[in-house]
Amino acid sequence: MNALKPHLIRLAPQFAVLVAVVLLISLAFPDFLKLQIQNGRVYGSLVDVLNRGAPVALLAIGMTIVIATRGIDLSVGAVMAICGAVAAASITSGHSLVYTLALALSVGLLCGLWNGILVAVLDIQPIIATLVLMVAGRGIAQLITEGAILTFNDPGLIFIGSGSFLGLPMPVIIWVVFGIAVTLLVRRTALGMLVEALGINRRASTLSGVSTGVLLIAAYVLSGLCAAIAGIIAAADIRGADANNAGLWLELDAILAVVVGGNSLLGGRFSIAASLLGALIIQSINTGILLSGFPPEFNLIIKAAIIVLILVVQSPRIRDLATWFGRSDSAEAAVKQEAK
Amino acid sequence: MTLKTALASATVLAACMFGSAHAADLTVGFSQIGSESGWRAAETTLTKQQAERRGIDLKFADAQQKQENQIKALRSFIAQGVDAILVAPVVATGWDDVLTEAKDAEIPVILLDRTVDSSDDLYMTAVTSDLVHEGNVAGKWLVDTVAGKPCNVVELQGTTGSSPAIDRKKGFEEALAGKDNLKIIRSQTGDFTRTKGKEVMESFLKAEDGGKNICALYAHNDDMAVGAIQAIKEAGLKPGTDILVVSIDAVPDIFQAMAAGEANATVELTPNMAGPAFDALAAFKKDGTLPPKWIQTESKLYTQADDPAKVYEEKKGLGY
Repeated sequence: MNALKPHLIRLAPQFAVLVAVVLLISLAFPDFLKLQIQNGRVYGSLVDVLNRGAPVALLAIGMTIVIATRGIDLSVGAVMAICGAVAAASITSGHSLVYTLALALSVGLLCGLWNGILVAVLDIQPIIATLVLMVAGRGIAQLITEGAILTFNDPGLIFIGSGSFLGLPMPVIIWVVFGIAVTLLVRRTALGMLVEALGINRRASTLSGVSTGVLLIAAYVLSGLCAAIAGIIAAADIRGADANNAGLWLELDAILAVVVGGNSLLGGRFSIAASLLGALIIQSINTGILLSGFPPEFNLIIKAAIIVLILVVQSPRIRDLATWFGRSDSAEAAVKQEAK
Repeated sequence: MTLKTALASATVLAACMFGSAHAADLTVGFSQIGSESGWRAAETTLTKQQAERRGIDLKFADAQQKQENQIKALRSFIAQGVDAILVAPVVATGWDDVLTEAKDAEIPVILLDRTVDSSDDLYMTAVTSDLVHEGNVAGKWLVDTVAGKPCNVVELQGTTGSSPAIDRKKGFEEALAGKDNLKIIRSQTGDFTRTKGKEVMESFLKAEDGGKNICALYAHNDDMAVGAIQAIKEAGLKPGTDILVVSIDAVPDIFQAMAAGEANATVELTPNMAGPAFDALAAFKKDGTLPPKWIQTESKLYTQADDPAKVYEEKKGLGY
């Protein structure tokens, strides 16, 4: 329990915001919390939040690591479109599901490798380096789909988007499992600490013997892999690859999820779990707005207002004020701690 | 576009050129916007088909979404002394100079699918669809189909603020006006995409008692309807019977859904804008009759009774 405590404290603000947002929506719309079993799967708005949030959650996992290296990856939305298009093109031309998935994932890895080489080897600023693929990627995706929405009927591929396992939609299972796997990978090894070191001071890390180049490339490759999985899910969900719209502007939502998760854009310390909570907060707001029945003209205004509020609450000044007001409590806690 | 399309267009052009030696009495330049959507690809294919059928020598220029390319193409058509120019203008403004040049050269210009902000004596006619009318046709179908029974309608709007979204909403509401049995209970934007159409429909279903309150769905385009149909199925309801589905555009995929009984009706935004344009041109060349300044294309209603499987086969090769 004591080992978990710092993690829980780190996640507390995001968790509080998520609970607050969910409560706020359920005040306006009581059925929001209702869950029922239908056709052998859990059915309800909360499941929708987890399910619809899958692409942004997946992108946020990779984005967290990239941002921790003091970088940014603007290309993830376009990479989603490319990988979705590759998956659809491969399955419609008669390749097996395994081959299709392997192909789409390796295209994602390749896109990540491209970004990583631009950033780590050629030393181009991440925002510019990934902008290249952000702009060109959608064109590549359109070349693959020949400008149309490429539809497919393969049950295996569709299952990834809208099937269910243990009563939960597949996309939810995928992002939760992938999130846990990446967290274990970076936290049970020294990788996470090395990434943080690299983000804080690349030169110092290099001089201390960390192979920063490889690590930096690996971060972008991971981001590419996340985008590939998200792209496959997005395509499988609508049974077609829509090169124009798949993943459009999702890179911004992913960055927002990382920021709402309390991670600094200046790199260094990071928390994947917090970013995932950030992604869920954003998706709760989206789903809540859809349920609210407001005219669509208000969608973006409401979303912006809530996010500004969250960021203000998280800002260092407000946090300082909060600690100042709560100092007597923490002082007591400190005394108790010492007494033990 | 791809090599395949490039080859196809080259063949069409070549066919036109060889044909022109004896058959073609008209040379027409066509400046297309580019390949922004499946619909536009279908428009290009149909324009070439229509030209070939009439023995017209069509000179095709793809502007790749840039107005300067379109103006260049128009100037080159004028320099070549074509008999007429078709243009699908990428934006509404900035056409005065080049249209005046065409007028001075006595080359009639016909606008396809979109209009321009220039004075209407600078072009011969504009062939476009009436977006309000499209919404109206969809609304009338629904009014007739429910035949007086109470019906709650949910609406998937196009991109907020876009003219198709505004006009298709307006036309649909006009058709429903005064029919107290029909009520639009929820209306939200699905951005004209499948993904958003599905996501928004999921929220409609949750908000309206698992969909039991919903009797019909009206989507501003077919893609959103296709997404919504999946959401309805995943909620354990039957699209097409439990919830009626009517949408606009008539892209091939909606005919597949109609053949499977999952969609009920769609209103066609015809990609054949060139047919009426060539007709008007032929009449003008024959005895100088000027067409009206606006030729409205037909907004044809397709239902499950119109052999959707056959229409799908016809449409799927058009490049949608």
